[in-house]
Amino acid sequence: MAATFFGEVVKAPCRAGAEDDEEEEEERRRETPEDREVRRQLARKREVRLLRRQTKASLEVALLEKYSCSRFIIAVGNNAVAFLSSFVMNSGVWEEVGCAKLWNEWCRTTDAVHMSPTEAHCVFYHLKSNPSVFLCQCSCYVAEDQQYQWLEKVFGSCPKKNMQVTVLTCRHVTDYKTSESTGSLPSPFLKALKTQNFKDPVCCSLLEQPNIVHDLPAAVLSYCQVWQLPAVLYLCYTDVMKLDLLTAEAFKPVLSSRGLKGLAKNVPQSTEILRKLMTANEVQSNIYT
Amino acid sequence: MFVPCGESGPDLSGCTLLLPAVSVGNVGQLAIDLIISTLNMSKIGYFYTDCLVPMVGNNPYATAEENSTELSINTEVYSLPSRKLVALQLRSIFIKHHRRPTENQHLLTHSAISSRVLDIQIVHIVPFGTGPGKYKSSSFCEKLLSWVKSSSFARVIVLSSSHSYQRNDLQLRSTPFRYLLTPCMQDSAQNEIQSLNWQEMEKTPCIPEMSDSDYCVRIPGGGITRTLYQESCSKEIPMAVLLKFVSEGDNIPDALGLVEYLNEWLQIIKPQSDDPTPSTLPWKIPSSWKLLFGSGLPPALF
Repeated sequence: MAATFFGEVVKAPCRAGAEDDEEEEEERRRETPEDREVRRQLARKREVRLLRRQTKASLEVALLEKYSCSRFIIAVGNNAVAFLSSFVMNSGVWEEVGCAKLWNEWCRTTDAVHMSPTEAHCVFYHLKSNPSVFLCQCSCYVAEDQQYQWLEKVFGSCPKKNMQVTVLTCRHVTDYKTSESTGSLPSPFLKALKTQNFKDPVCCSLLEQPNIVHDLPAAVLSYCQVWQLPAVLYLCYTDVMKLDLLTAEAFKPVLSSRGLKGLAKNVPQSTEILRKLMTANEVQSNIYT
Repeated sequence: MFVPCGESGPDLSGCTLLLPAVSVGNVGQLAIDLIISTLNMSKIGYFYTDCLVPMVGNNPYATAEENSTELSINTEVYSLPSRKLVALQLRSIFIKHHRRPTENQHLLTHSAISSRVLDIQIVHIVPFGTGPGKYKSSSFCEKLLSWVKSSSFARVIVLSSSHSYQRNDLQLRSTPFRYLLTPCMQDSAQNEIQSLNWQEMEKTPCIPEMSDSDYCVRIPGGGITRTLYQESCSKEIPMAVLLKFVSEGDNIPDALGLVEYLNEWLQIIKPQSDDPTPSTLPWKIPSSWKLLFGSGLPPALF
């Protein structure tokens, strides 16, 4: 409890989490069969499903258990997705192998089969000329309770040790802890985190303590660390969270890494494609029209 | 489940397991950080479950450039074989599906369960949360205690905390430290504890509003502490709970207090000189304990 300036007593937020055993126990006692049914329905609605959009059929096994994979590149968030789209997907022929359908309060994709191009999505591709190279474009938010399900549906339970994973994502620069003020940082800038088994050089400096990463990129990296897969996360700290040219371009150094080697063919052309993508997405606002 | 760092799992039988409860002020977790850092414990594995929010970062106990690049995840196991000590560190909270994402500050509307609006686009979250994620904490306790049993730990010590504002009059006037022992732990440790003059956690009314309520152990703000204690009682696991009454704020002094309380019993580190006062004990603050209250301030502010 805490007293506010105005003399009211309010429940202060607790860093340790919202509820105790006692409160949870109390709620469990009060739960009726109706409540349990709603809970079950909501759980079913929040399930992560992997399916093939063409056939509308769910994948019977985990994606990377069905296919052999040597390299897996995952872009999480709109800027990382735009970067991979312009530099990597435009440089080769990529075939869609699956799509993750998930619902949560922030990513309300109802129908993964007939998704509009502007809707948030999570799609998996492999390179036609080298089908062991996989790519995931994830522009939807995968909620806390769905992250482990996503891992299960994508990686499965038999991790393949010779698969190298590269994750690209962005975070707001105010999340970056430094002894200087974040306002003076030259954003956007790149930081990396790698698992123990990742032995290649990284394209930027490593993320210093006390900085941490959470959400889906953290879930992927944790999985790779525990199961001894070589994986690297490239994190772009930016002060613009919406689609932004400078932010997406900040990932360029990653093109020289082993994970993306040979996948980007014509950098100037790709830069132009990225620029066009940005302009197409800009909302032209004019108070006179 | 426990996943070792190397190829084979180490032998943990007969060891003392120290673990924190994610509780008010994160005091237990801070205390475990101090222990791992001071004793320079080495990482032996991970306790990988789907119960805690994923997080990663570089080595929080780094002492030099060389060891600063080891990746750490949310639940890791450390050991000091010479002292038969094993520490489990928890670095994040239990997953609840209705928690907001950190970058999204939308307020979710709560509505009564009777509206049954699951099929329409408006967000309605049942006030007390729904979905299996709601009870990840119980699932975690089960998995943890199952591992404790299968690893044959000699004893388990849980470091925790409880809301200081919930103390009754007697508690307000006494030491802020409390302990609890499960029945099978009492057999082995009661004498030692008694010689330390420690205060056992008092039983309080189960339903405070009722005057004739039964008395039971309540640990408000203690997270899974009570569940772990009660389950260990019924599963005959030798467990001790050491906790401190704290408020949220700068909880480093509370963590130092709690490790010193533990040290009175376990003698993890011995005083260097003849002076046994707490301030002389060399607890090593981990290198990750910086910028706890955010980044530096913009000079333009002044």
